[in-house]
Amino acid sequence: MSPGPDAPAGGAGDTGVTRAEACVVACAEAWRGAGEIMASPFGTIPALGARLAKLTFAPDLVLTDGEAALMVGAPPLATPPGELVREAAMPYRSVFDVVWSGRRHIMMMASQIDREGNQNISAVGSHERPKVQLVGVRGAPGNSVNHPTSYWVPDHSTRSFVEQVDVVCGVGYARAAGAGSGATRFHDVRRVVSNLGVFDFDTPDRTMRLRSRHPGVTVEDIVAATGFGLTVPDEVEETRLPTPEELDLIRTVLDPRATRDREVRT
Amino acid sequence: MTDKRTTVDEIVGELRSGMTIGIGGWGSRRKPMAVVRAICRSDLEDLTVVAYGGPDVGLLCATGKVRKVVCGFVTLDSIALDPHWRAARQEGRVEVMEVDEGMFFLGLQAAAWRVPFLPTRAGLGSDVLRVNPDLRLVRSPYGEGSPYLGDPADADVELVAMPALRLDAAIVHTNRADGAGNGQILSPDPFFDTLFLGAAERRFLTTERVVGEGALAAGSDPLSSVQVHRMLTDGVAEAPGGAHFTANLPDYGRDEALQKEYAAAASDPAAWESFAARYVLVEEDEYRARIAERAR
Repeated sequence: MSPGPDAPAGGAGDTGVTRAEACVVACAEAWRGAGEIMASPFGTIPALGARLAKLTFAPDLVLTDGEAALMVGAPPLATPPGELVREAAMPYRSVFDVVWSGRRHIMMMASQIDREGNQNISAVGSHERPKVQLVGVRGAPGNSVNHPTSYWVPDHSTRSFVEQVDVVCGVGYARAAGAGSGATRFHDVRRVVSNLGVFDFDTPDRTMRLRSRHPGVTVEDIVAATGFGLTVPDEVEETRLPTPEELDLIRTVLDPRATRDREVRT
Repeated sequence: MTDKRTTVDEIVGELRSGMTIGIGGWGSRRKPMAVVRAICRSDLEDLTVVAYGGPDVGLLCATGKVRKVVCGFVTLDSIALDPHWRAARQEGRVEVMEVDEGMFFLGLQAAAWRVPFLPTRAGLGSDVLRVNPDLRLVRSPYGEGSPYLGDPADADVELVAMPALRLDAAIVHTNRADGAGNGQILSPDPFFDTLFLGAAERRFLTTERVVGEGALAAGSDPLSSVQVHRMLTDGVAEAPGGAHFTANLPDYGRDEALQKEYAAAASDPAAWESFAARYVLVEEDEYRARIAERAR
């Protein structure tokens, strides 16, 4: 990934940027150029990323209050509901109007994700009798064939990055292609951000590629933590670091209590 | 006008073992918990529960009332997953029809509109079609040359035909209602409650307070908060605190402490027995007394 125009020079060492902060920026970048669409982040770091994007390079993003409304601005995490300023109603039923019109880019979490970009949040083991029951497919099948979809995996390991997910909830490239034009027309799995790096599917066969590694992480670390053959370009850049302005927004405005460090430790 | 006032016990008395029952609300929000608890202590069994799942699903599974659950998830909101649901699934005690939550919405809508299915992209390419092998696709009849083909990319497109989710009975909880069966939802999200009612043969409301005819629309709350009209309702039971321990704003928020106890009780049978004896297998007035006691 090429650094933004005002990215600071140097690596994590000089700036004291934490891994969590690099992850926030990597998530924010998912919404660069998104325009006036709903950003739906799941997890602390994606929530910070969406807010950061809205406060900087993606000011038209639409964020929900997590309940039934769209909110003005990009308030700090854990702002009490009574202090949120709302701009419009967005009850659950209306969310499907947004999803199915395509005006949304979601970043879901994935208990498992595979080489083709299939995601699992339903069950580990067999679906009939799960070894571990997870939350359920939720809206993942519909999201992934209707609008841009990205994933956040805070615990990158061979248990989360697997050869084949046990239950396909979010639909990856090969599965979408196999289901025909109804599935492919709006299918767009954009990127995967983990605690180790950033990944995309910009390969000839639309399988996962390493796009950048987070500061302090080596390509070898990433390959070893990935349970499938990852495409690794000859040159792998480091994930862009936050600009001084971004770092200040993350640290003093959006997340002064550093809840991000609970999701990803340096 | 027909007076539809009834009681929670009379509502449960109209249910039968083996029925398919829709439960309104979403996750751990505005669930008709008084009715759920009454089902738990009834002799009903073998139910199919259709819900945007929360502790309603967990409680009914934990008390052995459920044969099958139709859902897209089961969550307690502040606790990501209902551990009673997790246990029931992992122990193979319940069947599931797990679908995308948008497919679920269309299933209720199809039933409410009396069509056999509604088409959607949701589900295409996913394992929702593998784990529910009776789900079918439908091909658009609008192909090339049709004057109705909006976009050439959609010529003859294959979509998921989400079947109507027909319910034998539906139960939803509102903030206010009148005796005629109109219901007012003052909490921020009406969810899919009117669709649950529309999809059902027998339709029941529980409510925090029953008010007089015309009173719902006469107050300072907007008329649009009266989403449930009486053509959707067969019975209304006043049940103050009837959504507790789930959130029912503005009347009350979620009782996080009790929800935590509920979730923790999934970890061992003795803990569950004691929780159930205190907070599930008790008459509603006793439940309310115990909740009041906790608040002291």
